[in-house]
Amino acid sequence: MRFIYLCSASMQAAGAGVPYRSARFLATLAGDSTSIFAPQATPAHTIFGLSLLVLAITTAIFLAVGGLLLYAIIRFRQHPNDTGEPRQIYGSNQIEVLWTVIPVLILVVLFLATMRVISETEHAHKPVDALDVVVLGHQYWWEYRYPKLGIVTANELHIPVSDLRSSHPTYMTMSSVDTDHSFWVPRLAGKMDLIPNKTNVMWMDPQAAGLYLGQCAQYCGTEHAMMLIRVYVDTPEKFAQWVKEQQKPAVDDPKVAAGKEVFLRTACVNCHTVNGTAAQGRFGPDLTHFASRETLASGIVPNNVENLRKWIADPDSMKPGSLMPKMNLTSHELDQVTAYMASLR
Amino acid sequence: MNSNGTAVMESNQAPKKLWLDHVQEWLTTVDHKRIGLMYIGYALVFLIIAGLEAVLMRIQLAVPDNHFISPQVFNRMFTMHGTTMVFFVGMPILFGFGNYLVPLMIGARDMAFPRLNAFSFWISAFGGLLLYFSFLGGSGLYGAGSAPDVGWFAYAPLTSKIFSQGHSTDYWTLSIMLSGIGSVGTALNLIVTVITMRCKGMTMARIPLLCWLYVVTSWLTFLALGPLTAAQIMLCLDRFAGSHFFDVQAGGSAVLWMHFFWIFGHPEVYVLVLPAFAFANEIIPVFSRKPIFGYAAMVGASVLIGFISLGVWAHHMFTVGLGPAGNAFFTLSTMIVSVPTGIKIFNWMATMWGGKIRFATPMIFSLGFLFQFLIAGLTGVMLSVAPFDWQLGNSYFVVAHFHFVLVGAILYMIFAAFYYWYPKMFGRMLSETLGKWHFWLFTIGFHVTFDTMHIPGLLGMPRRVYTYPVDRGWGTLNMIETIGVVFQAVALLIFVWNMIDSYRKGKEAGPDPWDAWTLEWATSSPPPHYNFAVDPVVHSRRPLWDLKHPEQPDTHFE
Repeated sequence: MRFIYLCSASMQAAGAGVPYRSARFLATLAGDSTSIFAPQATPAHTIFGLSLLVLAITTAIFLAVGGLLLYAIIRFRQHPNDTGEPRQIYGSNQIEVLWTVIPVLILVVLFLATMRVISETEHAHKPVDALDVVVLGHQYWWEYRYPKLGIVTANELHIPVSDLRSSHPTYMTMSSVDTDHSFWVPRLAGKMDLIPNKTNVMWMDPQAAGLYLGQCAQYCGTEHAMMLIRVYVDTPEKFAQWVKEQQKPAVDDPKVAAGKEVFLRTACVNCHTVNGTAAQGRFGPDLTHFASRETLASGIVPNNVENLRKWIADPDSMKPGSLMPKMNLTSHELDQVTAYMASLR
Repeated sequence: MNSNGTAVMESNQAPKKLWLDHVQEWLTTVDHKRIGLMYIGYALVFLIIAGLEAVLMRIQLAVPDNHFISPQVFNRMFTMHGTTMVFFVGMPILFGFGNYLVPLMIGARDMAFPRLNAFSFWISAFGGLLLYFSFLGGSGLYGAGSAPDVGWFAYAPLTSKIFSQGHSTDYWTLSIMLSGIGSVGTALNLIVTVITMRCKGMTMARIPLLCWLYVVTSWLTFLALGPLTAAQIMLCLDRFAGSHFFDVQAGGSAVLWMHFFWIFGHPEVYVLVLPAFAFANEIIPVFSRKPIFGYAAMVGASVLIGFISLGVWAHHMFTVGLGPAGNAFFTLSTMIVSVPTGIKIFNWMATMWGGKIRFATPMIFSLGFLFQFLIAGLTGVMLSVAPFDWQLGNSYFVVAHFHFVLVGAILYMIFAAFYYWYPKMFGRMLSETLGKWHFWLFTIGFHVTFDTMHIPGLLGMPRRVYTYPVDRGWGTLNMIETIGVVFQAVALLIFVWNMIDSYRKGKEAGPDPWDAWTLEWATSSPPPHYNFAVDPVVHSRRPLWDLKHPEQPDTHFE
C-alpha cells in the first residue's frame, strides 16, 4: 500500500492534476512500453509519485516566475517617443531576503519528500523468500545467474509477478565483467549501474505479468545502443514451469549430432557453455537452453532459424562491433550448427 | 615632382604592409584585444566543426534502425562534439571575451601578464589541433581506432588499453591537458589583472559585475582543472607505464575516475555559465536603462555559486550506488545551489522592472536566455531529486537539460555579447534586421529540437545510442528534433554572414553606440592598442552615467 499512499499524498499535497494528466499523455505517446510514467513495480511507482510532486512544484515556479518576466517585458517596454531615463533604483535588502527565503522553504519540502523515497527504496526490508538474481554486464549482452536455483541464462530475465498482499520481490546483485553498464527498465525501477570491481543491489516487485523492455543506460562501447533488456514477469505457475525447464540438462537430439560435432570442434566452445558437453566457455552467453529464448543477440531480432543462421555466419552484419567473431564455417556447417542451436530448447 | 619630393612623401606614409606582416603581427601579439579576438575566432571555427558533428548525429537519429553512419562513427561524433564544445568552443570563447573586456572595463592598458596571455592562447589552440589530428593519427602503430570514441567524460575502464586500442584516447587526454595548461594560465592572469590593474577610483566594490564573475569563474577553473589533470596523468600512467589506478582487473577503481572527473566536470559547468551571467549583468541594465538591481547580492550570489558548485559533483553519480547517505547529501547540496542562482534571475527581473526596455538584438537574446535558463534551472531541480534521477539520469531528458544550459543559456548570451560588443571590437554595428532573423529562426529551431528532446528521455530513451528499435515509439519525436536543427543551421549561417558583411558595410558605431555606462565605451571603437590615452579615474560603478547625468550621479546613491 505504501506507494499508493505516497502517490495520493503527494498528489493531494501539490494539486498535481495537470502534471498527472500530462504524464499520462506522455505515457500513451510511446504505447507505454518504456515510459517512466507507466510504472508497474513499487520502486518505479514511488519515483512516479515523487516525480508528480516535483513536476507540480517546478511547473508552479515556472508559471509564477515566467509570468512575472513576461509581464515585466511587456509592461516596461520603451515607448517610441519616450527618450528620458527611468527612475534609477539600486536594490533593496528586504526584497533580496524575500527571494532567498521563499526558495529555501520550497527546497526543504522537496528535500524531505526526496529523503523519504531514498530511504523507502534503499532501506527496503528484504523478505526471506525474495528471489535472488546475479546480473553481470558484458560488452553488449546481459548474463543472469540464479544462484539458489542453479540457472544461468542470458538477455531475457524471467522473474515472478508480485502483489501487494504477498510480496515476491526480486533482488538483483549487479556487477560487470568489463566496462560500466546500467540496468534500466523504466516501468519497473530506476536505473542502477553495473560497475566492474563493485557490487550494487537493486530490487523490483512487478505488479502485473507481462514483458517489460529496457536497455543499457551507460555508454559501454560500440554496440551500447543494441544492449537491450527484456524482463519477462511470469505468473507463479509459469515461473515455476520456466525454472523446471531451465534446470533440465541440455537436449541431446541424435538428429543434430553433426551440428553438435561442428560446434564442439570449432572455437565456439572457448566462449559458450552447453551443460553436459565439453563447451564450458564463459565469455559469451550460456547456450544450454538457447532455443527457449525469444530473441537473439541481446534482444535485437527474433530467435528463428533464418536470423540465427545469419548471426552465426557473420555477427558483424547484424551488430557491427559485436565481440563474437565470424567463424568462417561452410554453408553446410552453418546449416548443421543452426539446427543444433535450434534444438537446445 | 623632383626626386627629393617623392622621398619626403614616402617617408610620411607608413610603409604598405604585406599580408605576411599582418600574420606576423597577429602571431607575435601580446595585446589582450588581439588575443581575445584570436580566442573568439578559433572558438567559432570549432563551433562550426562541432556543430556539423551534431548535424551528423541528428540525421542518424531521425529515423529508427538507421544506417546512415556506423556505430563506430556515431560514437566518435558524440565524443568529439562534447569534448570540442566544452574545451575548444565554450572555454576559449568565454576566455576570449574576458581577455578583450576585463582590462577595458577596469581601465587598464593590458592584462597583468601579457606574455603569459599569449602563451596560454597558443597552447590551448595547439590542444584543439592535436585533438583533431586524431582523425589522422589516432590509429597509431596499432592500426586501430581514429578519433576518440569514449564519450566526453571518458569513463574508466573503457579508456584502458584493452577496450581502447590505438592512440585515440591518448589524443583525448593530451589535448585536454594542453588546453588545461592554457586555461589555468588565463584564469590566473584574469584574477591578477582584476586585483592589481584597476584604474584610480575603481575599488573592488565598483568594478563591473562582469569582472567579478570572471574572477569567480577563473578561480573555479583554477581549482577544477587540477583534479582532471591529475586523473589524466594517472590514466596515461595506466596506459603507458602499467599502473593500475583505473585498471579494475588488477584492483583499480572505475568509480575513482568518476569522482575525479566530476569534481572537475561540475564546476566546469559553472565555469561556462558564469561568463554568460556576466554578459547578462552588463547587457540587461543598459537596455532596461537602469543600474543592476542588488549589486552586492549579485556578487554574493556569484561567490556562493562558486563555493557550492565545488560540492555537488556526485549528482552525476546517483546511479553508481553511492548509498542513501551519499545520495541525500548530493541531493541537498545540488538543491542549495539553485538558491543563489534563483537570486540572480530575480535580480535581473527587478533590473527590468520599472525600466524602459529597448528591444535591440543583444537584449532579445538576453530575454531568450532568461526564459531558457529558468527552464534549465527547473529541470535541474528535477534532476537533483536523486530518485527522479534514477529514472532520468543518462536519458535524453538529461541531454535536453544540459543543452538548455549550454545552448539556451550560454550560447544565447554569447550571441548577445557578439551583438553588444562587436561594434566595440570592429567599429561597425551588426545588422539589426539580420540579427532579428537570427534570433527568431534560432529560437524556433532551438525549441523545436530541445523542448521535444525531453520527451524521449521520459519514454526510456538513453543517451549515446547510435540508433533505436522501431517498436520503442521514439521515431516521430526524434524526427521533430532533427527538423529543428535545420532552423538552427540557417540561423547560424545568417549570423556568420552578418559578421562578415557588417565588417565591410556595417553602420559606423562610434565610441558608445548603446548609450552605455562602463569604461570600454569611453574609448574609440575599436580601441587603440593602449586602450586609454589617459588613465581613467572613476567615482562610481557607472562612470559614463556620471558624465552623462551630472545632476544625479551614481556617487550619491552607492
